[in-house]
Amino acid sequence: MKANIATRLGFILKPATFRRRELPPTLCLAVVLALSFQAKAQNESVSRKNDGADYAELAHAPQKARDRVNPLERDPDAVAAGAKLFEQHCAECHGSTADGGRKGPSLRAPEVQQASPGTLFWLITNGVVRRGMPVWSKLPEPQRWQIATYLKSLSPPASPQNAGASSGKAVPIR
Amino acid sequence: MYSINFLGPSSLSDGLIALAALLLVLALHSVPAHAQESPYIVTYDHYLEEPGNLEVEYFSTFGTQRGGNDFHAFWTEFEYGATAWWTTEFYVDGQTTFGDSTLFTGFRWENRFRLLQREHFVNPVLYVEYEQTSGADKILKEVEGNDVESDYAVPNALARQEHDHEIESKLLLSSTFRGWNIAENTIATKNVTGGNPWEFGYALGASRPLGLKASANRCNLCPENFIAGLELYGGLGTRYNFGLPNTSHYLAPVVAWNLPSDWTLRLSPGFGLNDNSHRLLLRWGLSREFSGFGEAISRLFGARR
Repeated sequence: MKANIATRLGFILKPATFRRRELPPTLCLAVVLALSFQAKAQNESVSRKNDGADYAELAHAPQKARDRVNPLERDPDAVAAGAKLFEQHCAECHGSTADGGRKGPSLRAPEVQQASPGTLFWLITNGVVRRGMPVWSKLPEPQRWQIATYLKSLSPPASPQNAGASSGKAVPIR
Repeated sequence: MYSINFLGPSSLSDGLIALAALLLVLALHSVPAHAQESPYIVTYDHYLEEPGNLEVEYFSTFGTQRGGNDFHAFWTEFEYGATAWWTTEFYVDGQTTFGDSTLFTGFRWENRFRLLQREHFVNPVLYVEYEQTSGADKILKEVEGNDVESDYAVPNALARQEHDHEIESKLLLSSTFRGWNIAENTIATKNVTGGNPWEFGYALGASRPLGLKASANRCNLCPENFIAGLELYGGLGTRYNFGLPNTSHYLAPVVAWNLPSDWTLRLSPGFGLNDNSHRLLLRWGLSREFSGFGEAISRLFGARR
């Protein structure tokens, strides 16, 4: 039995040999993986060229969404809970201090800080799919409001480097 | 004593398993990411993998079998977010039939495409999958056509001789409202080997987090970490005999536990609803999401930062 298992596991050590009829599925998989990585790279490259559009999506929020009142505005735990959610779901792209990362722009920028909580809630809900930000409606509404509350609690950028990011020139939404 | 057998040409199965091992090793070099995973095991909602992230999932199904031996089927998924609107996924399947043998039963490669950019009341996603499996595959990831319990009573040595190449398409519709997710999947499958007709199936799901507000502290047992729901899935016959006769159906409560340590656990006891169905399909799964996987791959191939 041991010898049998060792024989079966031997593939890890020996180079794979493919016969002609075995190539198509493996080849298809390789092509798709390559395409998916290329699509990702293209997304990044496109967004790098469109610096001015970083915050443009905020302007697309409908008036009804902008006018929504944050139901957790006076909740004493909302900022702390929002900070926890931000760390879990947003910091990967926007940076742990929300100053911007390689994938996402600064959320301390005036464009974000001047937006209404309803606008931020709308953007979190809908994402910016064509520029790589996923929809976050899978988070329940109260959790999206908690994140919006946290974002509104952030202070403007402190350093000149961050000021550059806040003018929308440093790190685009991907 | 069990014997271990593999589907088809050994170099192909070996290559696929080696690819899966490579993906796993690369994932371990990425950074874990917190996931808010749905509890569904069969049904799909409209949420795709975050771009650049890889989710590695292991699922297990214990099934009872009348007229044959009970079985344990298992699969590993590698789910990669290519873009915010495209997720591609690779599966490796296997099964153990008690008192019989353990087999590698095939692989699947699925793609999901988000059709609308923004959130709507109903959000459509197009699903396309290619499967190369043997007749011994028992993961029951979906139920379609006239799949019935007796199909799975065939001994492995016989069942593995059947090789299926299937194209599977689904229209995934999903809505989120007041914390509830409602998902409806319609399935159409064509086995391209032989003159098999199109087969149809469905999966429905509803789920809701136990807590809608997040607590301010990091916690394992907070209600918001648990999502519970229900799945209903089954076959709808074929192009020539569309409908419920000679089909099997299951009702399955589901629960997911999203841990702050970035792991997700899922559990789902599924119960057969008619005599054509397995009496019990007990499923569980463990998954972990890794961020920056795409960047790790790019760096591996020398991409500039």
